Amino acid sequence: MTPDSDHPMFRPAGWRRTAACACVGVIYFIPVLWMLLAGIKTRQDAMATPPKLFFAPTLDHFRSLFTGFTPEGQQVFPAGFIFYVFNSLFISATSVLLAMILALLAAYGVARMSIRGTHWLMFYTLAMRMIPPLTTIIPLYVIFSKLGMGGTYPEIILVYTAFNLPFAIWMLRSFLSELPRAAEEAAWLDGTSRPMILWRICLPQLRGGLAATAIIAFVFTWNDFLFSQILTGQDTRTIPIALLRVLGADVGTDWGLFAAGGAIYLAPVLLVAFFLQNQLLRGATFGTVPR
Amino acid sequence: MSGALTLPAVQTAAKTSRGTFADSTRGWQLIAPAMVVLCLMNLVPILWSIGMGFFRYRADRLRTPPHFLGLSNYLDLLTDDDIWERVTNTGQMILGSVLLQIAVGAALTGLFYRPFPGRRLVLMLVLAPMLLSTVFVGTFFNFFILPPFGLVPMLLGAVLGHPVNPLASPAGAMASLIVADAWMWSPFVMLMLMAGLSSVSKDLCEAAEIDRAGRWNRFRTVIFPSLQGVLLLAVLFRIIESFNAFDLVFTITNGGPGTSTETLSTEIYGDAFVLFETGRASALANFSTFVIIVLANLYFQAIRERNRDSPAPA
Repeated sequence: MTPDSDHPMFRPAGWRRTAACACVGVIYFIPVLWMLLAGIKTRQDAMATPPKLFFAPTLDHFRSLFTGFTPEGQQVFPAGFIFYVFNSLFISATSVLLAMILALLAAYGVARMSIRGTHWLMFYTLAMRMIPPLTTIIPLYVIFSKLGMGGTYPEIILVYTAFNLPFAIWMLRSFLSELPRAAEEAAWLDGTSRPMILWRICLPQLRGGLAATAIIAFVFTWNDFLFSQILTGQDTRTIPIALLRVLGADVGTDWGLFAAGGAIYLAPVLLVAFFLQNQLLRGATFGTVPR
Repeated sequence: MSGALTLPAVQTAAKTSRGTFADSTRGWQLIAPAMVVLCLMNLVPILWSIGMGFFRYRADRLRTPPHFLGLSNYLDLLTDDDIWERVTNTGQMILGSVLLQIAVGAALTGLFYRPFPGRRLVLMLVLAPMLLSTVFVGTFFNFFILPPFGLVPMLLGAVLGHPVNPLASPAGAMASLIVADAWMWSPFVMLMLMAGLSSVSKDLCEAAEIDRAGRWNRFRTVIFPSLQGVLLLAVLFRIIESFNAFDLVFTITNGGPGTSTETLSTEIYGDAFVLFETGRASALANFSTFVIIVLANLYFQAIRERNRDSPAPA
């Protein structure tokens, strides 16, 4: 993303191109901005015709998210929005952590050990992520219901761990294969054990890659709707499902409240778009496309 | 580069009394835990789904034993005109959306490929859509599309002089889905194309400049060849993802008006979790899986070919 400026293709842009880029960037983002603005408008302003560009901002929606009641005294979330934030955080963080541990071991095995058929194995993992999610969700729903685990934390965390594994393995393998192998082999000759090699030599060099992988996996999980919609219950509902309920609620569609909840939901994602731009492509394509 | 430093064979294999560094049995031990989780949560369900496709079964009545039907779920699906409508809808959506993504993605690439101050910030604005939750995007596209307060019907209404509700007509609803999907994923195509651009040969570029090659010729002979590979990957990848798209359709049109934007994935969802005809839903899901396996193989093929051309696999 930061190309070589010596390259004739990547000479710095002139002011006209820069201005055009800035304009297009803002225009591309306007839909998000307009939605988020509804979060600080009163209900009347948000749904005004013609639309209001200037309005008196209000934090009512954010307040009602956390108190659970609208200014008119209607209850919006039975358990309070913070409960869903907790669920989303807890489920995403736990499953990403589990997936990272399993994936680090597997990626190390694939990148460093001479195992026959790794190529096949890697493509098989990749294919698993492309299979239509509904194909696995239907049986998972049946299986977990039969086991009496429907709607519990272990259920959804296990499912998301598997959901993140292919991605994490591919990413970590791609980062690992960029590390020089020589230091590890030297350590091996000196009698260092494999776990110590992984811990002392690989991990310190892999810090950036680990963070990028974990964060992008977190965003995938945080954003996911379908698995949560089917496999979570009363006690394990995540943010997107709660937000959709706001819209379908008997209170009537409260766009302001939705937008305010959405703002909280989006904040971490925007940070990723800023700080992890260089890793995004690798993340989105699972490292099948270099850089 | 190679040959400057040659180590004895024993040392390169890093062999000690404890065996080689790259010991394959140890390798399997490292991979096994991840594979067990993947098999349990992914392979077992896929096999289970293949099994359920042969039964009449309702997931809301777990106690009722499944009734074996043989192939009749599949025969029902094949002779069902509604299913063919879902297939064409899915195809239309993929075609429209992927074409639009390529066009917009290419335009964005053409604009953003040169460095400029503040590029990171501006790119954040452009890249944000592909990181947003699809449910959130779908819902706020409704906020734009729904009359009377939506911006889109208001603008269209001002131009055409009469009130417009895009979601009321089949074509408008499909267009809304395509625009939403393309808005989200054009930045992804842009990222892919930029990755392709970075492999454009510097020497060729300089040579073309010295030769004063025209813009079109320069693009055709110097730049496009490095884009071909990634473009193919991007198209295949997006076809696969669009085929699986569910959230956007679910939130924007929910299949409506009527069934005019109902796709395969919304049909599966409806069969499975609204009607609870789990057997039939599984059969349809298995069909989707089959399509995806074919597409995924094309994608893998494209990756292999690309890696063969440029020996720098990820």
